Amino acid sequence: MKVCFTAKGATPDSPSEERFGRAPYFIILESETGSFEAIQNPYADGAGGVGPKAAQILIAHDVKALISGQVGGNAREVLAAAGIAMYTYRAGGSVKDASDQFTKNTLVRSE
Amino acid sequence: MRLAVASGKGGTGKSMVAANLAFTLSQAEQVTLIDCDVEEPDLHLFFPAPSTTTEVTVPVPVVDETACQHCGLCEEFCQYGAMTVLSSRVLFFPELCHSCGGCTLVCPNGAIHEDPKRIGTTTISTPLPNLKLISGMLDTGNPLAVPIIRTAKKLAASDPLVICDTAPGTSCPVVETLDGCDACILVTESTPFGMHDLQLAVDVAARLGVPAGIVINRSDGKDQATLEFCTDHDIEMMMTIPFDREIAAIQSRGDLLCRARPEWQKAFAALFVKCSTLAGMDR
Repeated sequence: MKVCFTAKGATPDSPSEERFGRAPYFIILESETGSFEAIQNPYADGAGGVGPKAAQILIAHDVKALISGQVGGNAREVLAAAGIAMYTYRAGGSVKDASDQFTKNTLVRSE
Repeated sequence: MRLAVASGKGGTGKSMVAANLAFTLSQAEQVTLIDCDVEEPDLHLFFPAPSTTTEVTVPVPVVDETACQHCGLCEEFCQYGAMTVLSSRVLFFPELCHSCGGCTLVCPNGAIHEDPKRIGTTTISTPLPNLKLISGMLDTGNPLAVPIIRTAKKLAASDPLVICDTAPGTSCPVVETLDGCDACILVTESTPFGMHDLQLAVDVAARLGVPAGIVINRSDGKDQATLEFCTDHDIEMMMTIPFDREIAAIQSRGDLLCRARPEWQKAFAALFVKCSTLAGMDR
């Protein structure tokens, strides 16, 4: 299953990013194999309307869950419509740390 | 002639100058005063009078899901991200839509039609025999001021002398108001913030090809920096209004300087002559 983490850099050791729509990178981890893919967010400097567009990137990559710090209303609407579960991580650690917490089921699922 | 009163920094006295100028000129000829600060119009406070109000609407897309093939062309076309096409439905975000009509045109299946959506109003009144006041008002919570400004200006399209009071700042509503004007009065105050924002406003007026002149309001006589700026940029300093408690008191009770102290009409009449020269339309 593919799980997406918002990140400040391109590897799982990078610090996690709290924002979704303007996150510098999306790190997509394949939970079965442990492999990852880093996508540089083209909308990171966008003026407006970035939430739905960022959500479309996740949909295009067949992501099933998103772990992020804050997801705006428009993005939330698109993610929910696409059936992508949202989890909150705001501990300020690395993507790896967020991933460990997700695996251990200690993250809160947001509506 | 179409004259705009703008500023850069907010609170410098645009409405005060626009209202007094319109009042003065309307003693002798037909004047239309348009309140283009549609997010916070205030000219009607200085000119209370019975009025008529009309709704302003903009077209917004409505998707017929039974005809939609979810091809994604509307999403691709939209510059504002207002359309998100999923595999089985389309999500529309009204606050992002700029009513360009593009999605409706590019849909290959005729699945989009447009419905009018109210965004605000325009109000017209005749507070004085020769003064027509048009006020634009954006509904609270609505993001697009520009269509209302456009509508308000259109209502004065064939009027001979039009004065537009603009919103503060230099973004879209100000650009829309300034566009097509023959000259612009920039009202400023001699403070660091005033100077900073005046430079931005001068730049916008120049890019739009609208000749600009400056009025210094609330002057304490220490306007050196502003005057140097004018010289450096070859802009005329057209009038100075002093920082005066009595002027503030008149303004604060909703009265006009030119109404309470008619001798000030001479100064505003002279300001208008300078504006006419600036516009290349000497009177």
